[in-house]
Amino acid sequence: MSEIHAQTVPFVRETMLPPSAPPRSEAGAVRWLRDNLFSGPMNIALTVLGLMILYVVFQAVLPWLLHSVWNATSLGECREIVARTWGPDASGACWAMIRERWPQYLFGFYPADLYWRPTLAFALLFVALAPVLFSGVPRPLLWFSAVYPMLAFWLLWGGSVWWWVMVIAGLALTYAVFRLAVLRLGAIVAGTLAVVLLAAWSVYAVAPLSGRLDQVIPAAITPVASDRFGGFLLSITIGVTAIGGSLPLGILLALGRRSDMPLVKSLAVGFIEVVRGVPLITVLFTASLLLQYFLPPRVQFDIILRVIIMATLFAAAYIAEVIRGGLAALPRGQYEAADSLGMDYWQAQRLIIMPQALKISIPGIVSSFIGLFKDTTLVAFVALNDPLKGITQIVRSDINWKGIYWEPYVFVGAIFFLICFGMSRYSMYLERRLKRDHR
Amino acid sequence: MALASEQTRDAFRLSMLVYDTRFRSWTIQIVVLVLVALAFSWLVHNLVTNLAAKGKDIDFGFLWTRAGYDINQRLVAYTNDSTHARALLIGLLNTLLVASIGCALATILGVVVGILRLSRNWLIGRLMTVYVEVFRNIPVLLWILLVYVILTEVTPPPNAFKVVEGKEPLARMWLDGSVAVTNRGTNIPEPLFSRSLGNIDLGIFLVSLDLLAIIAVLAGSFFLNRLVVRAAAVRQEATGIRPATWWKSVLIWVLPVVALLYALGFHLAYPVFKGFNFQGGIQVLHSFTALLIALTIYTGAFIAEAVRAGVQAISRGQTEAAYALGLPAGRTMRLVILPQALRVIIPPLISQYLNLTKNTSLAIAVSYMDLRGTLGGITLNQTGRELEAMLLLMGIYLVISLIISSVMNIYNNAVRLKER
Repeated sequence: MSEIHAQTVPFVRETMLPPSAPPRSEAGAVRWLRDNLFSGPMNIALTVLGLMILYVVFQAVLPWLLHSVWNATSLGECREIVARTWGPDASGACWAMIRERWPQYLFGFYPADLYWRPTLAFALLFVALAPVLFSGVPRPLLWFSAVYPMLAFWLLWGGSVWWWVMVIAGLALTYAVFRLAVLRLGAIVAGTLAVVLLAAWSVYAVAPLSGRLDQVIPAAITPVASDRFGGFLLSITIGVTAIGGSLPLGILLALGRRSDMPLVKSLAVGFIEVVRGVPLITVLFTASLLLQYFLPPRVQFDIILRVIIMATLFAAAYIAEVIRGGLAALPRGQYEAADSLGMDYWQAQRLIIMPQALKISIPGIVSSFIGLFKDTTLVAFVALNDPLKGITQIVRSDINWKGIYWEPYVFVGAIFFLICFGMSRYSMYLERRLKRDHR
Repeated sequence: MALASEQTRDAFRLSMLVYDTRFRSWTIQIVVLVLVALAFSWLVHNLVTNLAAKGKDIDFGFLWTRAGYDINQRLVAYTNDSTHARALLIGLLNTLLVASIGCALATILGVVVGILRLSRNWLIGRLMTVYVEVFRNIPVLLWILLVYVILTEVTPPPNAFKVVEGKEPLARMWLDGSVAVTNRGTNIPEPLFSRSLGNIDLGIFLVSLDLLAIIAVLAGSFFLNRLVVRAAAVRQEATGIRPATWWKSVLIWVLPVVALLYALGFHLAYPVFKGFNFQGGIQVLHSFTALLIALTIYTGAFIAEAVRAGVQAISRGQTEAAYALGLPAGRTMRLVILPQALRVIIPPLISQYLNLTKNTSLAIAVSYMDLRGTLGGITLNQTGRELEAMLLLMGIYLVISLIISSVMNIYNNAVRLKER
């Protein structure tokens, strides 16, 4: 065969030629530019528009940022420095205001010698969150997460440690009784027993026992009143507590709304629809104006606690709707499979339904959390010093900083952006981590 | 596990109320009912006790007493001699004004940004992503306050527009001398009719007959246009060639309205600087402008995300099929992708409209006299009727929300995929 070939075919190439490089206009940066920026008249027009937008933004913002002043005691001095250094028409940011007032932005009117307490609570927040958020963290740390809320409230508001120890003891006792009773009596009776026990403990045991213990071993730190709270300390306290409270409440509401029991269902539907139909401001006003009418006379309620409760209830209604969507997206077969395995309602929810439904609803839940955190700025309207309106108003009414507007809003906005953007990135990470299908 | 037939023979025991699934749900419901009833009666008891202690009662009669305060933006007649109910109406109209214009502008902005974000242009895509992420992750209150502060503190005072012989005025009006932005408000031209038809009194407020006539003519144009388009479709069915209709549509929309405006003697009254301030034209309050701009750009970012998600939800095969049929990119978008994407977009769009409407209550930050500013603000403080005013306020917001969601649900059902 090859001999015949050798005679009939004048030339046969025996090796492959290496592929030649594409033409220069079809490779590398040129190709990328042509494909992504200049592929047609429309695309070129859009690119030009984009460049114009960039130019307008940067020629306004860049000099302003580059001419920043960090050392000054008033806005007038800032402007003087900018005019002296960069010419009379130059504009410059006056970050000296932030430098002078940042403790107020972070802590409000919290006593300055006690700043370590909120700082410590904030640092411990990450320790407590780590085992909840990331799977690589040692599991026993979850016990710390369970105790953390009480620890944080004690650090923030101060007072006797025994009160909180008694609260923890009550929760532990309730849990132990529930675990013992659930084996003999079933979930419903044991649950009822636990709730009654917890209520009785908090009404009759916490105050007297902690008072007695206080006399024996005094262990108290300086109490701080709620009106001293402000700035991001306030936002984060309200935001984190309400986020932590609204998820379980939202799950319960969603289950209630999908329940077969008409009474439970109509109560859940009524609550969710009413709360979702009114603005948060009216709910906060209700907390500050009307709650006194619905409580027994002379019962006074801390304003931050009232706001936290209202924000939690408000967010729970939104989260309930998100989770209901996740529940509705589950195929019917999952419920039937759980039933056919002989699981009761709570077992099925805990082991089969909720893990899947919550996974589907992660993006919605996290965006509800982000909305809730952004909405903590509205507490300014019930006379609390949130960083955005409350503290900025205080700063702007100071004679030294009168007329400053870009810097405080850019500063507060940047911090809100970092926190909210971080939450949304985490939700994307979680979605990827929990992805079980292979597509 | 006992068999069902055996169970029915068992005598009823008390423990079956908890352990038997046939009775359990009734037990739970009755317990819940009792608990809820107890909680309600406790709250009502507290309420009655507290009201009695303060010497108050629940009475909505305050609505019909003299309000005694002025409102700086009123769409219908109002003086400080009017009743609190009338103030409520003014506030409600102001809320609805911001909400409706805001929804319309946010939709336009959101759709444009959402589609640009999907564009093949890398630069524009990135810029739109930055816009969406920045505005979604920062509280809307910040934008309201920032826009308001800039409008009131950076813009020139009215006397900067004063024209002195031989000197250039410090500030200039925009758009050929028709719009002036001062630190007191934005002055825009006012549409006037020199041969006006007058007003019709509805009892509660006056309605301009000119406006009604314009709406009637526009509605007529709409139906006429539909007839033309339908005729074109019939022709296309029969012959395969679609006759050009665009110039007919333009004529039908433009000609009658222009003729009507001419007949009514339509002209614009420009704001003119006289004495110490602008005379003539309409002064738009900065509180309104700030609220509108902030709500529009904030909600626009969310709508852009909804639009992007909706377009991306349509499978790639639809686009390819349209290209295979020879449709150009524009018509593929208009005839194939958007009608399907709309079904995915509308539910989140409804909730964004609801959010925008509820966020108008942030008007409190810039003292815009919306429903919360009149009924939940000055009226509440003057009369001391917290309970009644807050109940009414929440009730009205609830009704607005329910109306928006039901209207949009009707629309959603109309465009929904009809499955067998």
